[in-house]
Parts: sequence; structure tokens; C-alpha cells
Amino acid sequence: MLGLAADRLRADTNRLLAFLFHQGILDEQFLQLQQLEDESSPNFVSEVVNIYFHESEKLLRNLRSLLMDRELSDYNKMGIHLNQFMGSSSSIGAKRIRNVCVAFRAASEQNNRAGCLRALELLEHEYCFLKNKLHELFQIQQQRVLAAGVRYPMQN
Amino acid sequence: MTVERIVSETKDPFPVGMRVLAVDDDPTCLLLLETLLRRCQYHVTTTSQAITALKMLRENKNMFDLVISDVHMPDMDGFKLLELVGLEMDLPVIMLSANGDTKLVMKGITHGACDYLLKPVRIEELKNIWQHVVRRKKFDRKDRNNSDSKDKPHADSGEAAGIGKADNNVKINKKRKDQNEDEDEDLDENGHDNDDPSAQKKPRVVWSVELHRKFVAAVNQLGIEKAVPKKILELMNVEKLTRENVASHLQKFRLYLKRISCVANQQANMAAAVGTADSSYLRMGSLNGLGNFHAFAGTDQLHNAAFRSFPPSGVLGRLNTPAGLGIRGLPSPGTIQLGHAQNSGHSSNDQSKLQSLVPGNHNTNILQGMPMSLELDQLQNNKGVTHIGELPTANSTAVFPVSGSLIDSRIAGFSNNSLGVTSNSLMLEGSSQQATLHASNLRDGVSSIGFQNVNTLSDFASIDPLSSQLRDSKADLQGQAAPINCNAGPMIRSVPQEWNAPYQSHLMSCSVNSSIPVNGAMVQLDQCLDRNNSIFHRTMDSDSIGPLNFVDPLSIEHSEGLNSAAMKPPVIEKEGYLMYQPRPHGNHIPDNIGSLEDLASAMMKQDRDKGNPTNGNFGHNSYSHRTCI
Repeated sequence: MLGLAADRLRADTNRLLAFLFHQGILDEQFLQLQQLEDESSPNFVSEVVNIYFHESEKLLRNLRSLLMDRELSDYNKMGIHLNQFMGSSSSIGAKRIRNVCVAFRAASEQNNRAGCLRALELLEHEYCFLKNKLHELFQIQQQRVLAAGVRYPMQN
Repeated sequence: MTVERIVSETKDPFPVGMRVLAVDDDPTCLLLLETLLRRCQYHVTTTSQAITALKMLRENKNMFDLVISDVHMPDMDGFKLLELVGLEMDLPVIMLSANGDTKLVMKGITHGACDYLLKPVRIEELKNIWQHVVRRKKFDRKDRNNSDSKDKPHADSGEAAGIGKADNNVKINKKRKDQNEDEDEDLDENGHDNDDPSAQKKPRVVWSVELHRKFVAAVNQLGIEKAVPKKILELMNVEKLTRENVASHLQKFRLYLKRISCVANQQANMAAAVGTADSSYLRMGSLNGLGNFHAFAGTDQLHNAAFRSFPPSGVLGRLNTPAGLGIRGLPSPGTIQLGHAQNSGHSSNDQSKLQSLVPGNHNTNILQGMPMSLELDQLQNNKGVTHIGELPTANSTAVFPVSGSLIDSRIAGFSNNSLGVTSNSLMLEGSSQQATLHASNLRDGVSSIGFQNVNTLSDFASIDPLSSQLRDSKADLQGQAAPINCNAGPMIRSVPQEWNAPYQSHLMSCSVNSSIPVNGAMVQLDQCLDRNNSIFHRTMDSDSIGPLNFVDPLSIEHSEGLNSAAMKPPVIEKEGYLMYQPRPHGNHIPDNIGSLEDLASAMMKQDRDKGNPTNGNFGHNSYSHRTCI
């Protein structure tokens, strides 16, 4: 019974990851993150990803407030935020988000406000989607840990 | 692997335990970088602020072996930090950025970065960074040798000015040989320390702002040609400063000046090309000694980088400007002759002095180079134009396979004497142009940038072959698309042809309008991506044109996506980890998964069978380690 749960959870993890990779939401870099997780840093991936979420939300807020300012849109500042967003997104393997950032940056370089707005909305959407999926992933993994943990006393 | 070999041979753990200082304002990247570096067995210190980093470095000069820094930081520009570190602490600095724009990379290199990495950073790249430390240490020692031996004959050559003939050279040669012996003896005592890169026992002289100012004042007082370390030392009157310190600093300084003069040459070249040939333009070459010594920091790194082939093109290249032509009647054939001289090593009348700058095989160029300065002075007197001429940049790659740094310093010296003041930005821009020619020495930085660009383009290009195949299955797609299609009519706009066929039926009215400025294929494809994404991920669009009564695309995507997952994407075993083939963007649309995936797996199989990991169309995403587009 417990073994089945662990297997099911593992299958869920794999399916979710497969989906994310398929859709181009995540890329190889995420695998590199996973490889860095070991006994010395057991929660590395979730640590990094949580920091990423925290920072990204700040950045998205900043971007939105910059764009909402109808008087003067500071495209330079947007570019700086975007650059950071791009850097962190690519570092954790959030491929799609990074690509939207590229489009966003192109629009901002042309001072194209409409394009920037569109890109921002898309960015927010992609970000929410990724966040949900990754939370799901972490939940499954937590359950796996629990499922594995429950087994040990029985083995003893 | 090389690392292991070193460990076993010298019993020195280096590069294990190499002390790295990592600076990045982005906490995500900083944590990742720290973990990666620890995985490489380096000793890591991190900070998110450049100012803190500088403080740490200044506190204890020997605390770190290498600095990795992000380019864009809020409190201080990464390039500025780079220069300061190079100038004050003489440590190798690696730049890090999400932006791989060639101009930025160029800027990094000209400011003296020994490498420029792109985010996301791979562990493979970090495993190699210790080479920069070793390289710098080795060259540092060699520099000191060279600079010491150079300076003594330099004083003599001042007397022999205007002649630069063989007998003097012979004398100089002899002198240098003696000096080299002396120097070698001197340095042998420190040899062991120098050989051990990780434990630098020799105390590092920190060239602070005041110290450098004194140095520059002394050099200016003596005159750049006559500036010998011993005299500089006397003039500076700073205790605990040795002649060797001054000598190496002088060497770097000369490199820096030369670098500036190259920039000035570039400027003049541009001016000449544009036809303005304004002499004031030519004069904007370099700084006087006092200003902008921040950029000076780069010279040492330059020394190690590709710029060995850089230098002579600076002064020698000036022959082509109209002003240069007018002054001495040095025609453009002169430059060509220089080119030949480079190879043949023989000199003709007019060009003898210039050609003597060409290194040939031996070190006598220092002397022969001396007459140059006099010539330049004359030039300066004649017309107030400071440089000689400039090679068209196209030629310079062919002309200057320079061997030693000797030439660099000579030319730098001349340039300094003749030139006026300029701005930092000019110098950077110019040298960046110059540097394009010789960027071949850049390692991962440029190559990975190129690779990235290729990745990007080819990634988008990968859509093309797919989409052409998609056209065949167009009917299929449209059939499949029916349930997803929204009731708002398809919106037709100016899209690249490849996208039209399969995706037209999917186009819903959204805020993406045709007024998007299309700026080359990349942006266009980006927009396409936007549209494709928006199709499936946008439920309600604030700017949407009409009422949309379509099914929530997300949920459809999920079910389709899960179905696709069940269809078992091609899985590649990699180092024990299952790696799922990330699909190119063209495959975003779930309902296409059937047809596209078959295509994908067919292509993948082909690649795998061929054993070709770098299929530009498709396979690079999965096969290469480089993830980002």
C-alpha cells in the first residue's frame, strides 16, 4: 500500500516534469539544479526556486508600476529589471519566461508601450503558471518524502 | 582530467580550494553560483554588493584568488568594479551577465576581464576558471622580467635616439642578457613563492589612487621614453616600494596607454573614413597620465588576452589617414610595406623606423622603436597631429602577428607623449572595435555567446522546418483545432509565412495587433511566440477586440499536455538522469503534439543514430548543455 503510494508519487513527479519540459516551460538548466541537490544541500532546488519567486514578484510589481505610469515610461529601468528577470529565469531553467522577457526587452528598446504591456501580461501569466506547477512539484516531492519516511519504521 | 593531474603532480591542492569572491545583486543567481562553485571545490565568499566586495578585497589583499562579478549591479557598475580590482589588487576578474550582447562583452574584455560568462552559468565553465589565476601569475612574473630588462636599455636608447642602428642594438642585447641573468637570480629566491599560485607569499603592492598619481607625475616629469623605474622610484619617494613594483606597474601603464592610443587610432580611422580627417579628432586619442587611470587596470589583463596582436596597429595603422599622409608623405604603401615587413623582416628607407617596430625575431625593437618617438615629436611639431597613420581595420588582422609585449610598451610610450586628453568612452569604444579583430582568444565568453545566438536563431529557425512539415498536416491541425477554436474569428495579420498555415485557425482576437513594429526575424518570431502563447494561455484579454467565448485554453492544454506526456516523449538518458526532450517552441500547441512529436522523435532518432549532437535544427536543445536561447 505504501509502496504503491511512493510509486504513484514518483510517476506523478515524472509526468509533471515531462509535461513541463515538453511544453518548453522548463529546460535543461532545471535538471542542473536538481543535480546540485544532494545530502549536503537537500533542499537546494526548492530553496533557489523560492528565492526566485520572491524576487520575481518584486520585479513584476516594479515592471507593472513602471508601465502603468502613463506620463513617462522609464524604458531604461524596465530594461534593468528585465535583465535581472532574464538572468534569474534562465538560471533556474524557466525557459518560457526568459523568452517572454526577450520579447519584452525588444519592445522596450523600441519604446513600444503597447508591446510592453502585452509582454508584461504574458509574463505575469507565464510566471503564475510556472509557480503553480512548481508548487505542485514540490508538494508531490514532499509527499514522497513522507511516504518514504513512513516505510522505515516498518522495515526496522 | 587536468585537475587531477595537477593535484597528483605537485601535491598542491590548487585549484581545489581556490578562493573565489562572487558578487551578484540577484540572490537567485548568487545562490546558484555559490553552490556551483562549491561543487567545483572552490572556497567561496559571496556578497550582493560591489561596495562590500571592494571593501573585502581592500582589507586583505591576499584573501582571494579570483573575482566573479555580475555586470549590472545597482550600487556600482560591474565594469567599474572590474577596473578597480585589476588596478588595485591585480586579481583576475570574470564578468557574468544575462546579456550576451557583443558590445557588452567587448566592453568587459577591454576593461580587463579575463572572461565573460553568460547566465545561466554552467558548471563546466566554472570548472575551468582556475586557469585564469595561473595564467595571470605566470605572466606577472614574466612581465616583471621583461620590464626590468627593458628599462635599462631604454635609458641608453634615449641617447641613441634618431639612429637606432645595429651596433647600439648589439650593445643593448648584451646588456639585456646580463640584466636577465641578474633578474633571474633576484627572482629565483622568490621563485618558489611565485610558482605556488595559491599561496602568494610575496606581498602585493596595492597601487592606490595617490600612489598611482605620484607614479604618473613622476613619469610625466621624466618623460615617457626616459621614465625608468629607478628614476621613477626616486621621484616618487615612497618607502617600501621596490624597483620591481614600479617596473611592473610601468609596464602595465604602458600597455594601458597603448590601448588608449589604439582607441584614438580607431577614432581617427573612423574620422578618416567619414572624411572628416579633422586633426582634433586624431588628437582625441589618449589620456594624459593623470586622468582615467581606472581603465589602466585593464592593461595587465590585456597583456594576457588577445591583445598581443593588438598593439602596433595602433601607431603604425595611422599611415592611412589623410593627415598622416600629408605630414610625412608616408603613403598607404607604407602600411602595406609594414605588412610585408612583418613577414619578411627587412626594412626600406623611409619605413625603417616604423618597421623597426615590427618585432621580427628579436628584442632589439626597443631601440629601433625609439626613433619613432622622435619622429612623432616632429610630426607633432609639424602639424599638431599626434598620430602617424592608421591601418584600415580590415588589414590589421593580416599585419600584426606581434610576439612580445615590448612593442606594446614602446608604442604606448610614444602615444602618450604625443597625444592629448580624451574621454574614457572613446577609448573603450575604439579598443572594442580593434578588439573585434583579435577576439579569437576569448574563451567561453564569446564562443558561448555566439553559441547562444546561434541557439536562439536556430531555435526559432527550427520552427521553420517543422512548420513546413506542418503545412502538410495542415488539414489535420485544422481538424484538431476545431474544438479549441474560439468563436471570435481568426485574426489574420502580417505574420511570417510559415506560421500562417497551421496556426491561422488558432488565432483568436487578442490584443496583439498588426501595429507591432517588426524588427527583424527575431522579434517577429517573438511576437509569434507571444501570439501562440496568448492563444493558449490567455483567457481574457483586456484589450481584446470582441467577446470571446472560448473554452479555457489552459485546461485544454493540460489535458492535451498530459496526453502527450503519456505518449512518451523521446527520453535521453544522461548521466543517470532522465532528460526529457524539451520541445522547440513550435510545439507549444498541444493539439499538434501528435504530428509534431512524431516528427520530433523521427528527427531525434536520426540525430541519435548519426551520433550528431549538434543538429542545428532540432537537436541542440537537448544535446547541448547550453540551455538558454
